[in-house]
Amino acid sequence: MNIEDKILAGDKIACARLISMLENNEKEAEEILKKLYEKTGNAYVIGVTGSPGAGKSTLTDKMAKKLREKGFKIGILAIDPTSPFTGGAILGDRIRMTDLILDEGVFIRSMGTRGNLGGLSKATSSAIKVLDIFGCDYIFIETVGVGQSEIDIVKMADTVVMVLTPNMGDDIQAIKAGTMEIADVFAINKSDLDGADKTKFEIEMNLDLNENTDFRPKVIKVSALKNKDIDILLDAVLEHKDYQMRTGNFEKRRIDNVKQEVLDLVKENLINLIMKKAVENDLLNKLAKEVYARKKDPYTAKEELINLLLN
Amino acid sequence: MERPIRVLVAKPGLDGHDRGAKVIARALRDAGMEVIYTGLRQTPEQIVEAAIQEDVDVVAMSILSGAHNTLFPKVVNLLKERGVTDRLIVGGGVIPEDDIPFLISSGVEAIFTPGTSTKDVVEFIKTHVKRQ
Amino acid sequence: MYNEDKLDKILSSYQNWEDNKIAKLIEKFPERKKTFTTGSGLEVKRLYTPVDIKDIDYEEEIGYPGQFPFTRGVQPTMYRGRLWTMRQYAGFATAEESNKRYKYLLEQGQTGLSVAFDLPTQIGYDSDHPLSEGEVGKVGVAIDSLKDMEILFDGIPLDKVSTSMTINAPASVLLAMYIAVAEKQGVTTDKLRGTIQNDILKEYIARGTYIFPPEESMRLITNIFEYCSKYVPQWNTISISGYHIREAGSTAAQEVAFTLADGIAYVEAAINAGLEVDEFAPRLSFFFNAHNDLLEEVAKFRAARRLWAKIMRDRFKAKSEKSMQLKFHTQTAGSTLTAQQPDNNIVRVAIQTLAAVLGGTQSLHTNSRDEALALPTEDSVMIALRTQQIVAYESGVTETIDPLAGSYYIESLTDKIEKEAMEYIKNIDNLGGATKAIETGYIQKEIQNSAYKYQMQVESGERVVVGVNKFKIEENHKKEILKVDPQVEIVQKKKLQRLRQERDNVKVKESIDMLVEKAKTDENLMPYILEAVKSYATLGEICGALREVFGEYEQSVIL
Repeated sequence: MNIEDKILAGDKIACARLISMLENNEKEAEEILKKLYEKTGNAYVIGVTGSPGAGKSTLTDKMAKKLREKGFKIGILAIDPTSPFTGGAILGDRIRMTDLILDEGVFIRSMGTRGNLGGLSKATSSAIKVLDIFGCDYIFIETVGVGQSEIDIVKMADTVVMVLTPNMGDDIQAIKAGTMEIADVFAINKSDLDGADKTKFEIEMNLDLNENTDFRPKVIKVSALKNKDIDILLDAVLEHKDYQMRTGNFEKRRIDNVKQEVLDLVKENLINLIMKKAVENDLLNKLAKEVYARKKDPYTAKEELINLLLN
Repeated sequence: MERPIRVLVAKPGLDGHDRGAKVIARALRDAGMEVIYTGLRQTPEQIVEAAIQEDVDVVAMSILSGAHNTLFPKVVNLLKERGVTDRLIVGGGVIPEDDIPFLISSGVEAIFTPGTSTKDVVEFIKTHVKRQ
Repeated sequence: MYNEDKLDKILSSYQNWEDNKIAKLIEKFPERKKTFTTGSGLEVKRLYTPVDIKDIDYEEEIGYPGQFPFTRGVQPTMYRGRLWTMRQYAGFATAEESNKRYKYLLEQGQTGLSVAFDLPTQIGYDSDHPLSEGEVGKVGVAIDSLKDMEILFDGIPLDKVSTSMTINAPASVLLAMYIAVAEKQGVTTDKLRGTIQNDILKEYIARGTYIFPPEESMRLITNIFEYCSKYVPQWNTISISGYHIREAGSTAAQEVAFTLADGIAYVEAAINAGLEVDEFAPRLSFFFNAHNDLLEEVAKFRAARRLWAKIMRDRFKAKSEKSMQLKFHTQTAGSTLTAQQPDNNIVRVAIQTLAAVLGGTQSLHTNSRDEALALPTEDSVMIALRTQQIVAYESGVTETIDPLAGSYYIESLTDKIEKEAMEYIKNIDNLGGATKAIETGYIQKEIQNSAYKYQMQVESGERVVVGVNKFKIEENHKKEILKVDPQVEIVQKKKLQRLRQERDNVKVKESIDMLVEKAKTDENLMPYILEAVKSYATLGEICGALREVFGEYEQSVIL
């Protein structure tokens, strides 16, 4: 059996292998995805984001378990930062998902951000496709909600759950500033701590200010560790899913995402092509020196590089 | 671009002494590897499943309780049963010299005992990893 | 301790010495290193003088043995009155074999028992649980039920020995078994002496044999405090342990800080449960590590005593002096033992023994030379015990109390460690206490950073470990070591099977059902655990029932 057939037959080893090949940018992998692409489109993607220590992994674990009880097949992509200095990473989210490991219907994969701009979202969206082909009904992408590239990943989700904890103080400000608008559901984890109500109130207040009112995100208090009110959270996620399906937002969001994805691929490809040529004849270095010496301006340099491709 | 080596660092059995496992995890990360850390009390079945889903190149296990003769070979065998034979499997911990030949013959390719330098572990993995 | 005039004089003569003697000399003959540090990385000066301890008030900070702040020791006469308890941690395989080892140790002059349990027992699983595979009888004795406990102490009169049990998450169950065995021997509970470790917080931090979440674990612990204060008054209900924190790689100051922070959490939990501080605090005991840096370790023990006394008096308003006394057991540092040239470990252990004794320990376990290789053999255990006896009877350090007090270096270091520990405790308070600091991973992260730093220093050669990164030799490792027969697991499982057939299973079910009911209330669970134990319910059944009600702890790992 080739790798395509194996994945379609539910072989976890093949599924894992293909994700690695895509992560490593192996050409062959893209060809395999081309062949299998028509099998995608069945999975619903849930993004789980929030600051470190907010309890994303435990919450993902608990939501996944609930969906398993309903018989769905689950994929989980847990993304952690790669060290920019060494290129290495410690990926520890599995620790909180130990009892899902032996579940036949769950596939968990940890990914390092590997520090390459754009590369991460490409690898993630490829991995989502593989899990979709593999037959997952729901796919969780779990990532720390800081930095543009991570926000880009979360945007690939059909529903985004933002995990907060009580008494975050300044964190709330940060979330307001950058990522508030990407959340479709807010989960206030560790609800047994003092201040959970206050945090809920603060978020509700912020939502009140939001002009765009055709969907108002729910704010749910949960305790991942105590497995409390996970049902309610999951209902809120599914409610958002229904809303999207009903209003056609789902289709719109996905088409937007595909647009972005295709554009990103084009960009990456073009740059690779230009770089290949520019490196071949050392043009980039030459141009940079000329621009520095004021013999040329950067705009002319750009045109020269693009011309490489057109000729 | 060279891809990072992926390593599963696992604690099979019940002992909670993870100082060594954590130091190794950090040293491997600092050597540019992607380390998937499983936490304590992992059964051989869980370790094998994680190794498969994470598609790791290396499975590194640490035991200080003396259960190594039972648990290390079991991981090797379960991987074999799943048809996975292209991974490097190494172990470490308080392991008597007498037990090492048995463990090596069961398919654990290196045993690192107390006092091993993390550099040696990194070097061993880099030179013995099976998949390119 | 000196008047201003004298200090000024010393300061100027010291300066004189530095300028005239040292400056020129080290130009020609530089010192071995740029900076000198303790084993934990605290900077060490070239020379200590009265100037370094000028701010230390003798009466307030050093004082007298048996008197606040107990810097010089908790008992007024210390080892002149009675030597420390020599207590070798032992246990392996089955109850029968461990019983034999205990009797041997008692014959050799050991003065207390210390029971090591295997990991399934420590985590509340029976020997036939799937997770127990390969672990039964390995690091200690396997105890599945009261039956095993009866065998373990067969022929050992429990009113005559004091017994320390290294048991944490299921401490209440093992204590109940001990009480039940005593009853069968006709010994009443008020005569029982010993200690259960019962320190769950350090399990979350460093040792890993936890079962239940923090809140429920704290309840079991305070239940034991309360029960013992009424019925087992001579029992040390907890041994708050820095040992494993240090083994996990902490510094000396972190060991003190995190252990005392745990201690604070237990005291608070007990007070919140309605207990009076002076009712339970005298039964709290501690457990520390003795590492290689002899003088730093002595300072550490002294700093810990002083700091705890202040915490109990000032923070918890304890009235009884007994509540302020930090009594502790010491074990030499397992992590310093090397697999290379293992006989060198005898020397390390001897130095560590001196540290513990000069630091004023109440009891001591000395590690055996072969523990980096496997479980110790009987010969090795004997040498370890003899090491204590040589220090006790031949070295002379026991003849006066706290002999290193007044050393400029020791006093200054004692002060430094105390201050650094206080700083950590403040940070932990700010995070909401030890339990919260553990949940956020703060304490674990601090320890890991120290451990990693240490490892890197060893690897760079900056720190010398004899036989490991310097003075290496080719050696033949084939030393005689102790192996646990794999048959033990099979035998133990069979015994368990037989027990399940022979006991009154109706009674077992009733007692377990009752325990489950009571676990859902606020009642003290000790009496119900005792009932279950007596009906020969197994450890796994009892802990399993409580797992159902309480749930299980999920590890918090920050890497």
